[in-house]
This record gives sequence, structure tokens and C-alpha cells, in this order.
Amino acid sequence: MNEFGGFIALYIFMLAAFTGYEVIARVPAILHTPLMSGSNFIHGIVLVGAMFALMHADPNSPTQLGIGFLGVLLGAGNAAGGFVVTERMLEMFKRSQPGPHS
Amino acid sequence: MILELVYFAAAVLFIVGLKQMGTPVHARRGIVWAGAGMAAATLATFFYTYDGPTKLLLLLTAMALGGGVAWWTGRRVAMTSMPQMVAVYNGMGGGAAACIAALELLGGAGHSTGVLVLAVLGALIGTVSFSGSMIAFAKLQGWFDRTLTFHNQQWINFGVLGTTLLLGLLLLFFPSFAPLLLLFFLLALIYGVMMTLPIGGADMPVVISLYNALTGLAVCLEGFVLDNAVMIIAGTVVGAAGTLLTRLMAKAMNRSLRSILFSAFGTADTGTAVAVEGDMKESSAIDVAALMAYSREIIIIPGYGLAVAQAQHKLWEYAGLLEQRGIRVRFAIHPVAGRMPGHMNVLLAEAGVPYDKIHDLEDVNNDFPNCDVALVIGANDVVNPAARTDEGSPIYGMPILSADQARNCIVIKRGRGKGFSGIENRLFYADNTRMLYGDGREAITALIQELKSL
Repeated sequence: MNEFGGFIALYIFMLAAFTGYEVIARVPAILHTPLMSGSNFIHGIVLVGAMFALMHADPNSPTQLGIGFLGVLLGAGNAAGGFVVTERMLEMFKRSQPGPHS
Repeated sequence: MILELVYFAAAVLFIVGLKQMGTPVHARRGIVWAGAGMAAATLATFFYTYDGPTKLLLLLTAMALGGGVAWWTGRRVAMTSMPQMVAVYNGMGGGAAACIAALELLGGAGHSTGVLVLAVLGALIGTVSFSGSMIAFAKLQGWFDRTLTFHNQQWINFGVLGTTLLLGLLLLFFPSFAPLLLLFFLLALIYGVMMTLPIGGADMPVVISLYNALTGLAVCLEGFVLDNAVMIIAGTVVGAAGTLLTRLMAKAMNRSLRSILFSAFGTADTGTAVAVEGDMKESSAIDVAALMAYSREIIIIPGYGLAVAQAQHKLWEYAGLLEQRGIRVRFAIHPVAGRMPGHMNVLLAEAGVPYDKIHDLEDVNNDFPNCDVALVIGANDVVNPAARTDEGSPIYGMPILSADQARNCIVIKRGRGKGFSGIENRLFYADNTRMLYGDGREAITALIQELKSL
């Protein structure tokens, strides 16, 4: 990563941090649990990184392959589990009539 | 090029999806969009990273195993267990980030010191989030519910953390020295466990939320290491959103994050609390049913005990019968009812209670003086007047639902014992309070029968 690229990454970090803060800032308390679960799903993108890590691992080193395997396994669990439980929670809200207080 | 485009689309979908999850009407669409982003990013990465059949087999096995088991457990877990499941999946994410860091460090060549710092930091945070989340899961699951505290705990914890950081510093110079790496991860794991052990069950949701934010941060850091923008964006968004959520939750519970993390609940001195005078007055199902049948305004205050007794559906059936008699029935939910803010809303929604009958604390609290019956079921601390009056009480200052101001207050409770936090509740001794002892579901079933036979 050259110097310019590094700073771009830093800008991305700053803007994303503001975005995350703003997206949550005015959310009713009733959705806090689904939101926590939903944001838990979103960092499941770590799966993509784990896939790269496994593919870059030294194919002759069982240790590296093992760690890579574990990483993908855990990342896939994060993504799949996070999606299923969030979807289940939010699906229940679907049928309800949004009232004046929601 | 295509990969970067897909990642860009995924990042947009994540942010828009998260935004949509924040409004009840579009909430479900939000998770579907975010899910589409995740699927696209995974698929694109899958084709892009192909590197021989051996690794392909490893990759597919790992994905099928991890994803499959998580999907299966996520499908069949009960709604009451949601918080600990979120903890498990979150911990897995932290573990995955740690694995990435381990591989990048082992294959160490070619990384600048700056990148190594980020990798080591991400490894530490991810590992702590992993072991901490697993302990949080075990505690909420009830595998062990004792909060473990011992002398000089804070100092020992700081010592472990300090040593881990020192090893991390050494890793910057010898990144691929395996024994050092192993020791580093081992200590980080131990620190996560020790940090979580002294925290009580009531504070666990805040801690899970904190670990959620930490995993986001770890993912972001490993994103820097891998030059992967979508990981940086998604991780940072979750890190920031999670931090805010954690603060909101801690505020709703009237606890500072510092006191949650560094002092066990219950070690606060409860001895200064004002002694409670009077008796608890017991009532029977038939009396309560009659009282409620001839009321005009009823506010129901459900707590976690309701969900434990699996009484939501019965409660909603009972509320429907009361409504048929022309009684106005509403549900009042405290911000920390259930195990997480909003958890009780999810549980009531599962039973089919529509939104417009569920009210937040601020909406409903002024209506209690005009309410004939406040029905408290499975809740305790959130209606304890000591929070308003008793400065010596550990919950002093927490906003509570003013059930004590209703004309009558009925409390359905398993037994005479104290609640989750072990604090005495003076509401139970008040003149206008009647206790109905028993399992939540059986008590409400009895109320329904009595109401029908009136």
C-alpha cells in the first residue's frame, strides 16, 4: 500500500464511521435487537477476507491451511447465522400494523 | 475489476440495508438487501480466488460446515435465546478476523510495519471478541451463572492484557515466529475469558453489543491488511453503529460502560437500601379476573419472566378477550425488558401483538394514574420505585414504569424471591398491589378461564 492509498483507506474509515453512527442514531428502541443482529450479520463480510487468506496460504503448510480452513468456517458461520436470525426476527415485524407510536 | 465492482455494490447494499432495518416498515427488506450484497461478494470472491482443487475442497468444506451448522441452529433456536445466538455468531466473526491476522503474520514477508501493527491489533481485538462472546453465550445459556470475582482481579486482568500487548509488540519484529504467535493468541483468548467472567447476566447484552462493535473493528483492521475496501467499510460501519448501540443500551439501563466492565453487578453495596415494611398481599385468579373484567383501562407490563414461561401467546389471547369487553388494553415495554433492548418487542411480535398496542416508556408513563389495573408479569426491577426514591439502591436513577401510580397493581410472579438483580422491590408491598403467585402461563390460563366463566 503506497502512501496515497493508505490515506484513501483512512478517509474511507472516517466516512464509514460517520455513516455507521448516522444510520443508527435515530432508530426506535424496539428495533435495537434486530439491528444489533443485523450489524452482526454485516461484519460477516469477514468471510471474504478469510477466503482470500486461505487462498494465499502456503499449500505445503498444514498449519497455514488449517488456520485458513478455520477462518473460512468461522466467517461462514458469522454470515449465515447472522442472516438467519436477523431475518427471522424482522419477519415477525412484517405482519404487524405500524401504529402511530412505532 | 469485476470483483471491485461487486464489492462496491455490496458496500452500498450493506449501508442501505442497515438503514432500512432502522425503520419498522422496511426492516425485512433491509436484511434481504444486505444478504444479497453478501451473497454477491462471496460468490465473486469464490471465482476470483480459485487456486487449485485441494484448496477448493478445503474452502467448500469449511463453508458448508460453518455456514450449514450456523444456518441450522439459527433456524431452530427459540426467540428467547436470540441474544446468546447473536453472541455466538459474533464471536465466530471475531475468530475469523483473528485467523486472517494469523495467516498474514505467518506468511509475514512483504508487509510494512504499519500494516503489521494493524494486523496485530485486529488479531488481539478479534480474539478477545471471540473468547469473550463464547463466555457471554455460556452465561446466558445458563451453563454457569456465577459471576467469578477474586481478589486483585482488575490488576491481574490488566497484567494479562499488558503482557499480550508486549507480545504483540514483539510480533512486529518477528511476525512469523510461530511459538510467539501461539503464545500471543493464547493470552488474548485468556484475556477475553477473564474480562467477561466477572460481568453479571443482567449486563451481558451490553457486553455482547460491545463485542459486536469490537468484531466490526477487527474486521475493518484486517480489511486494511488485505487492502479490501468492503471489509473496511462494513467493519467500520458496524464498529461505529455497534458503539452507539452499546452506549444507548447502557444508558437505558442506567449503567456506565466503565462500571459494567470493571465491577461486577451486585458487588455494589445493597446494604444501605431502605428496609421494606409491610407484607406482600396475595390474591387469587378469580379475584384478579373479576377486577380486570370490570376495568376500563389496563396496562400490561411484560418482563423476561413472561418469555421464560412461554406465556406471550396466552397473554395476547387474554388481552383479546378483555378488549372484546370494551376494555382498552395496552402493553408498556421498558427499554431493557427482555435480555436486550427491543427483545421484548420481538417476543410480543412473535405472539402476534400488533405494534400500535406496544408503547415505550416515555409514551405511556403519564397514563398510569388514569389506569385501573397495571398488570406486571415476569418483570421486577423495571417497576421498582426504589429507582426513583432510594439513593442507596444500585438501580437508583434508572427510569422505571410507574406501575405504582396505577389504581391497582397486579403482579404475577413465580415466587416470593428477589429478581434477576437481587434487589428488594417495594412495589410488591404497596397497599394497592396484589400478588398472584405461579408460573406465568398457568396464571394467565387460569385468568382466561375465570374471565370466561364470569
